[in-house]
Amino acid sequence: MTTSATLQQTKWWTGGKSPFNMEYGKLMMWYFLMSDAFTFGAFLISYGTIRFSQNFWPDPNVVFNAFPGAGHANLPLAFVSVMTFVLIISSVTMVLAVHAGHNNDKKGVVKWLIWTIIGGAAFLGCQAWEWHHLITGEHVVLADGKLDIIGQTMRGNPWGRLVPEDQVMAALQNTSHETLLQLSQMGHSGGTAAVDHNALSHEQLLKSIQVADLHVREKGPVAFGGYFFGITGFHGFHVFSGVIINIVMLLMTQKGVFERRGHYLMIEKAGLYWHFVDLVWVFVFLCFYLI
Amino acid sequence: MQHPAFEEVTFQHHTDDATFKKKVRNTTILLSVITIVELVIGLLIYNIHKGESPNELLILMFKGMVCILTLAKAYYIVSVFMHLGDEIRNMIMTIVVPLLLFIWFIGAFIWDGNSYKNLRNTYDKHYKESTMPAKHKGAH
Repeated sequence: MTTSATLQQTKWWTGGKSPFNMEYGKLMMWYFLMSDAFTFGAFLISYGTIRFSQNFWPDPNVVFNAFPGAGHANLPLAFVSVMTFVLIISSVTMVLAVHAGHNNDKKGVVKWLIWTIIGGAAFLGCQAWEWHHLITGEHVVLADGKLDIIGQTMRGNPWGRLVPEDQVMAALQNTSHETLLQLSQMGHSGGTAAVDHNALSHEQLLKSIQVADLHVREKGPVAFGGYFFGITGFHGFHVFSGVIINIVMLLMTQKGVFERRGHYLMIEKAGLYWHFVDLVWVFVFLCFYLI
Repeated sequence: MQHPAFEEVTFQHHTDDATFKKKVRNTTILLSVITIVELVIGLLIYNIHKGESPNELLILMFKGMVCILTLAKAYYIVSVFMHLGDEIRNMIMTIVVPLLLFIWFIGAFIWDGNSYKNLRNTYDKHYKESTMPAKHKGAH
């Protein structure tokens, strides 16, 4: 009577069994991921602290509104949602690769790992485009009483408060000739007017600039660039290492290393890491793009 | 069932293929739906911001909703995709209990940032005037 009751309850701690019923490598992967969660958490919390200490913070929908090939169209959240779905789908293909490994299905592991690698590479490509677009973007800002054209970098943030038109008019008088030349060309990239701006005098240049079209802003909080590039860069580096790990797993699978070993447990550990990268993106997405 | 590599681990083979595929498909759909809802809320916030006098409380509520949805997403990724839900309880606790530190971590630091802002606005009027967002001006 009593024996049947005790038999139901497995005694994990009396020896001969792994108390957590898990092999060493997988357990240690979990603890590594937990510590990595604290690293990312500390970065994001630091970002939150700085953001809460500022009166003004750029609106993410204004900063991230571009889409490859869409020119200057205002498409808030569009590109980052593509990135998010790419990462979710590559997480799903990784689950399928791990499952194929449990079934000792070599062909399945190879197929799903290849899809996962493609997803990871696609995400990295998206991120490269986004960074490039932010850094090389041309935005008009009012600083030190004159207009300037800057991109989003570690040192400058062009997304401060909007400047009223009368202040822009005043600032135009102090703006350098080169900047005026750039400003006058910014609106007419089509080139249909075929006006040689270089030939214009300073006064003619001033008249050719449409102040209302410039959307001049003050400089925003400098910390924005450091946090954005720092945290998405650290995450991107995790994605990059994940892709490398997955490529190594793919090569080992194809060479039959796991087949000879009799199990595909390494795929499971690589899978844990890959899901963690997806998990972190969920929070980066929340902190930088949604709120 | 015996674990293929370690005799002290009693390997629980995961469920049969049909149940597994169904679970993965359902979780994928769930994650996608949550993400789409988050995007819709994000666009709602954008449109409220653009308006004449944005309702700060409404924006805060929407942002809170997005945070809760994100936590739900994180839960499904960890428990289904990473199979943490299938491990034994003691092991789950060694991961989850340390993470409870985040409750204090987030609260304390955000409180600190906010307090710094309030002190600075109180004692540095020039800073306050030169950085406060202009009222009833569209964000775009």
